[in-house]
Amino acid sequence: MPMTIHVDIVSAEAQIFSGLAERVVATGVLGELGILPGHTPLLTALKPGPIRVVKSENDEEIFYISGGTLEVQPRVVTVLADTVVRAADLDEAVAIEAKERAEQALKERKGEFDYAKASGELAEAMAQLQAIRKLKKRLTGER
Amino acid sequence: MTIAKEINTKIRSIKSTQKITRAMEMVAASKMRKAQERMTVSRPYATKIRTVIGHVANSSAEYRHPYLDVREVKRVGFIVITSDRGLCGGLNANLLKTAVKAMKEYHDQSVGIDLCLVGTKAENFFKRHGGNIMAHADHLGDAPKVMDIVGVVKVMLDAYKDEKLDALFVVYNELINTMTQRPRTLQLLPLVATEEKELKHHWDYIYEPEAKDLLEILLTRYIETQVYQAVVENIACEQAARMVAMKNATENAGELINTLQLAYNKARQAAITKELAEIVAGAEAV
Repeated sequence: MPMTIHVDIVSAEAQIFSGLAERVVATGVLGELGILPGHTPLLTALKPGPIRVVKSENDEEIFYISGGTLEVQPRVVTVLADTVVRAADLDEAVAIEAKERAEQALKERKGEFDYAKASGELAEAMAQLQAIRKLKKRLTGER
Repeated sequence: MTIAKEINTKIRSIKSTQKITRAMEMVAASKMRKAQERMTVSRPYATKIRTVIGHVANSSAEYRHPYLDVREVKRVGFIVITSDRGLCGGLNANLLKTAVKAMKEYHDQSVGIDLCLVGTKAENFFKRHGGNIMAHADHLGDAPKVMDIVGVVKVMLDAYKDEKLDALFVVYNELINTMTQRPRTLQLLPLVATEEKELKHHWDYIYEPEAKDLLEILLTRYIETQVYQAVVENIACEQAARMVAMKNATENAGELINTLQLAYNKARQAAITKELAEIVAGAEAV
């Protein structure tokens, strides 16, 4: 039985792979990496590209990931995969969009936050809910 | 017969409402299950990333990332997560109450507050009552993607990096079980250092590229994941709360129908009796 290493490929939205492998091949930002059992601890950013998990001589799985981070410890390889290709300008674009939405909301608001009024409104909502609950209790209690 | 007819129409209308609430209850139940699955799926990623960050932060002591530094608090940010839709009992009202309470504490210490809102309910609330909204996202749907919240998180993180904010919190609903959801305020920044006892090994990673750059990426991803998890958990809470609210509504409708049915039977009986009396009276007169 050849030496194996535990491989976990996880992303925030899904667990992609978990199991034993003889070898893992990934594309790091500084070049291609082949990881065998007993590798020195390593932490690297990954480029978008395929990850090859060689489970045995003629059994391998290939996953495509959109970038992420690879952590290597002597017995465990963890790939923290991004769910989509992340680029600084793309991130910037979504951030600007979020800001624009906020600005739109700001246009319609009425200035500084009014604590007294807000608490009043919330208290009212809670009181309504409580009244409904009590009313219901009384109704079912009578039965 | 007019009274009986009126009652009958009412019963029919309540029955159709009951059908709607029952359908909504079942839809919410199945959506809740899916949301709960999504909650568990994103957990391993967060745990893994946390261990890696813990290790990097401990082993590269010469470099302190601003996210880990505690500064004097002059301005704080709140990410308030609510649902997009109502009909879920007191879920959003409870959450906003918690948020307002936390905000007031800072306000009383004359600390400025910036807001980042997720969900239309939060947007409407703060539009009505004011507040400095920095970023906003809504209509994320039942299965949000990480990318949906990257924008809002980046706005807040950039503000933190530029020292416009000295602390960042997220307020969301925590799912205790189907019947109970509790609003929770979680501190995102500065990251509360988790002292890990077993971290006494003397090895360090090989970093490709620099440890600094990697830490930056990892920390950003970590914060994003935490907010993403909060959003997903909030959705599970929303569906659970809606399920309970709709269940109650269905039961209430059932009770109402019973009462009305009784009234209808009485009215019908009265009408028949009256008719009979009239016929008898008429026969006697002849």
